[in-house]
Amino acid sequence: MTSPRLSQDEVQRIALIYRLGLSHEEIERLRNQLSDILENFQVLDQVDTTDVPPTGHSVALENVMRQDEVASPLSKEDILANAPRREGDYFRVKAVLD
Amino acid sequence: MPPNLHNLTIHEARKLLNSRQISSQELTQAVLNRIEQVEPRVKSYVTVTGDTALQQAKEADDAIANGETTPLAGVPLQLKDNMCTLGVPTTCSSRMLESFVPPYNATVVERLHAGAAVVIGKGNMDEFAMGSSTENSAFFTTHNPWDLARVPGGSSGGPAAAVAAGECIYALGSDTGGSIRQPASLCGIVGMKPTYGLVSRYGLVAFASSLDQIGPLTKDVTDSALVLSSIAGHDPRDSTSIPQEAKDYTKALTGDIRGLRIGVPKEYYGEGIDPEVAQAMRIALEKLRELGASVEEASLPHTRYALAVYYILAPSEASANLARYDGVKYGYSDHEEGSMWEAMEKTKQHGFGPEVKRRIMLGTYALSAGYYDAYYMKAQKVRTLISREFQEAFQKYDVLITPTSPSVAFKLGAKVEDPVQMYLNDICTIPASIAGIPAISLPAGLVNGLPVGMQVMGKPLAEETILRVAYAYEQATEWHKMRPEL
Repeated sequence: MTSPRLSQDEVQRIALIYRLGLSHEEIERLRNQLSDILENFQVLDQVDTTDVPPTGHSVALENVMRQDEVASPLSKEDILANAPRREGDYFRVKAVLD
Repeated sequence: MPPNLHNLTIHEARKLLNSRQISSQELTQAVLNRIEQVEPRVKSYVTVTGDTALQQAKEADDAIANGETTPLAGVPLQLKDNMCTLGVPTTCSSRMLESFVPPYNATVVERLHAGAAVVIGKGNMDEFAMGSSTENSAFFTTHNPWDLARVPGGSSGGPAAAVAAGECIYALGSDTGGSIRQPASLCGIVGMKPTYGLVSRYGLVAFASSLDQIGPLTKDVTDSALVLSSIAGHDPRDSTSIPQEAKDYTKALTGDIRGLRIGVPKEYYGEGIDPEVAQAMRIALEKLRELGASVEEASLPHTRYALAVYYILAPSEASANLARYDGVKYGYSDHEEGSMWEAMEKTKQHGFGPEVKRRIMLGTYALSAGYYDAYYMKAQKVRTLISREFQEAFQKYDVLITPTSPSVAFKLGAKVEDPVQMYLNDICTIPASIAGIPAISLPAGLVNGLPVGMQVMGKPLAEETILRVAYAYEQATEWHKMRPEL
């Protein structure tokens, strides 16, 4: 793992993946801070992880099952109460297709 | 009526409530008065729900009068503001959730209400629980009751400061890399992170799902055991919940640790640890030896990799969890102008603060094509090695004891511009989070008039063992009786 300093383009590329808006000042500050942090990650290069399996969760539970029981979900009003924009019983969104 | 009711522990209040020497309404009013008196200086609450708290206190008084008392009945608490409360705003101290009012209660909140608890309000925190000083709150900074010019720690800084200042009798926090233990240490109280999966995460706003765990912040170890007994236990609504029923953890508080084997991992006492903190710990370990435990130096060489592992895994999981805040279903929304993509970008730009953006960017980078194996997969493999190292250590030792924080509370503003320095505050607490093991921090001394915390770690589901050690130490010392002057 080599960790060169990030470029502004690289920072913008990551922001675009996430659809996170950033100002020019934020891009420049993050470029420096993220580069410093990534540099600290290089310590992991020293660890031999050959044949070591990854750990996703510290408690390995598999195939958690429960009874398929009928229950009352939250009401539509409860769900929509926090909607920034609604139309009737729907969340109102921007056009997805041009 | 005894004076200064706000200084009571849960178990002290329990005796007075059950013998009807005080009512829950009196106790709750006393805590509300205390909030009025000190909150302008401490600033630990995002929301105070005084009227509903008094109503709940009245119901608790009725329950107690009917002989339906429970360990927590009628005792006022604060909830960190990332636990969903029906009808009460749950903000995560973020602009993104400033106006969010949950339509349901978190499982822990349900369990507390079933035991006639009194919820007095919601506590300030680092935004989305990301931070070690509570300076990342989008609303305001919380002040350490021991020295108002210093941080209370984080991310559960509001709950820790509130307990220390007597603005609640106890609190619930959440801990992802130390967010209960480190602020407990800096505020001179007891904070416990249970084994991952012991307490339900249902209704806890997600930060890093493989690490997040709810736990108690209390004035002493007995209270910690009481609260844990009330909130632990299997929850079918959390698929990572351990299938184990709740038990009475106070039975572990025997005061007897003769023959117990304590390991002292040397990696937590050297570089990066304030020498005065290390010295306070050596005195504490001597006390444990006097109590009949064997104390032996141990070594966990992979400790030095834990910080890097954590700051890859936690931001990666956070970037996935926080992708839901797109301004469509709930939360802050900037959708007035522009295309769908522009609206999403603006919503996140203005809804999230600097630390959250930093971690989202870090996580997105670590998970992106070309970097996934080098960062995320590598960190998950080293996580395995760290866990194995703990497993081996626990074959030899019953508990491992370290400082909770490398220093006592630092000055407000001292580290806020330097994320790498800020991240080092978690160096002692992160390994237990990565391994999913239980750990408790309790007061173990003062350095320059500020509290030092001792961390006791145990193997998975060994909450009783760490509580037993913590209780024995507490009862043999006076640290837990210290209160800051405000």
